[in-house]
Amino acid sequence: MSKRIDVKDLNVYYGDFLAVEGVTMAIEPRQVTALIGPSGCGKSTFLRTLNRMHEVIPGARVSGKAMIDGTDLYGTGVDPVAVRRHVGMVFQRPNPFPTMSIADNVLAGVKLNNKRISKSDAAEVVEHSLRGANLWNEVKDRLDRPGSSLSGGQQQRLCIARAIAVQPEVLLMDEPCSALDPISTLAIEDLINELKNQFTIVIVTHNMQQAARVSDRTAFFNIAGTGKPGKLIEIDDTATIFSTPSNPATEDYISGRFG
Amino acid sequence: MLTDNPPKVSKRPAGRDRVELFASGNKGRWGSRIFSGLSHGAGIFILIVLAAVAAFLVKEAWPAITAPTEELQQISWFKADSLMGYIAPLVFGTLLSSILALVIAVPLSIGIALFISHYAPRRLAQSLGYIIDLLAAIPSVVYGLWGALWLLPILDPVFKWLTNNLGFIPLFADYQAPAKNVLAASTVLAVMILPIITAVSREVFLQTPRLHEEAALALGATRWELIRMAVLPFGRSGVISAAMLGLGRALGETMAVLMVISPGFLFSFFLLKPGQHQTIAANIAAQFPEASGLSVSVLIATGLALFVFTFLVNMAARAIIARRKDFSGAN
Repeated sequence: MSKRIDVKDLNVYYGDFLAVEGVTMAIEPRQVTALIGPSGCGKSTFLRTLNRMHEVIPGARVSGKAMIDGTDLYGTGVDPVAVRRHVGMVFQRPNPFPTMSIADNVLAGVKLNNKRISKSDAAEVVEHSLRGANLWNEVKDRLDRPGSSLSGGQQQRLCIARAIAVQPEVLLMDEPCSALDPISTLAIEDLINELKNQFTIVIVTHNMQQAARVSDRTAFFNIAGTGKPGKLIEIDDTATIFSTPSNPATEDYISGRFG
Repeated sequence: MLTDNPPKVSKRPAGRDRVELFASGNKGRWGSRIFSGLSHGAGIFILIVLAAVAAFLVKEAWPAITAPTEELQQISWFKADSLMGYIAPLVFGTLLSSILALVIAVPLSIGIALFISHYAPRRLAQSLGYIIDLLAAIPSVVYGLWGALWLLPILDPVFKWLTNNLGFIPLFADYQAPAKNVLAASTVLAVMILPIITAVSREVFLQTPRLHEEAALALGATRWELIRMAVLPFGRSGVISAAMLGLGRALGETMAVLMVISPGFLFSFFLLKPGQHQTIAANIAAQFPEASGLSVSVLIATGLALFVFTFLVNMAARAIIARRKDFSGAN
């Protein structure tokens, strides 16, 4: 299931503006890679280039390479729609489809790939995905209720269930806990720990403790000033980044001297 | 700790302090009183207007409602067994023409609105939006002229083709030129209600939360799948409201129908035959100049029927929207 991502000299532009410059990193399978850094440093932008979601904004483009198991995401003839079916994403704010029931939310992506799924298969996917997202026991009696009837933390786990229902190879998480209370955050972090057995996970977080708790490797992004491009400063094992980072800027950031 | 160092405030006479603290400044209170009065007044005003219209219609229609049939039949154009027998085909004609207009206009409007909101490049979308709004500003009598003089000759070959090829379906049987039939009137009505339905639908589609659109895209949805998953479900109640606005306009439309249709008083589903249908509004406009006394009452009674009907249609629309409130995305 999980795959390795190799990024080489990736630049991200919005029109003429260079937003992220020269990112080169390897993201290992079955690991959690955390992206940390101050606001505006381009970590979310970079994350979105991994499933080509940045293209939603007009004028956004990239140069360089992003390979998933040797396939360039930006090669000629690569369909962004197909990329997104292999690289799932969870957003900052929980966004279940309000017009769909809990079960339909889980199946939303599955039905895109496979229109004629049998009822028993569908029920199995729903249960398996909701169990995978640690939500099954809380919602199994009300699968036909709207997704928006759940609490924020439950909604976010529903979104994770929706993302993993299509069995992606990579799971991107863009500050998945920043709109949640500490208990829901803990539930999601536990879940991330379980999910990494199956998926390659990349998570953007503003919370350094969270990066330290959930990730195996941590990448630090920084920005020289407003209007300047964001850059990857360093990436290393999480333990190393938080104890003996090689770059003084990283140390300043994680020790709270700025940011 | 707090008890060791009581805050300074408590050293002052507490009672007076509290009064000062909670006493309302007169300035703010007057403003909110005036505003509250105004908005209450506006709310009550609309109820009074509605009640006044209903009372007027009932009062003026009363002579016709209570009059014996023989008396009614002395009116030159009254060729029915009873008042209900006169009103019913008119209600039927009104509903038929309006529903046909909706059937034509709603899919087209949704298509245009989606094109403007999700497909067209921004500059084209803007100018298209202006053009649609402009269409809404054209007076209905102009639409009537346009329909009668320009559209009818164009529809003629279309209707001929329909009746020749699909004539075995009773709906399309027996076309007779010129095209002064209910389908032609509905086509004009459809063009008239298109702008309002399009404009409201477009606004609703544009308000689809970005979060939901991104959720669909991140699952690997194409543009059309994004629209089906996020935009249309979110906009559903808005589109229904838009359609009801359009229906309301079509139900009450007078001039366009009057100028296009050749009237008749039948419960007929022959859409292409002339002399089968008439709408309430067009009938009132046609007969009113010559009417006096009891015949005015008869016309007002038909107006009362239209009033009641429009009311029912709006209530039905609200019921449809409310039924799936939980799933509307408004919570």
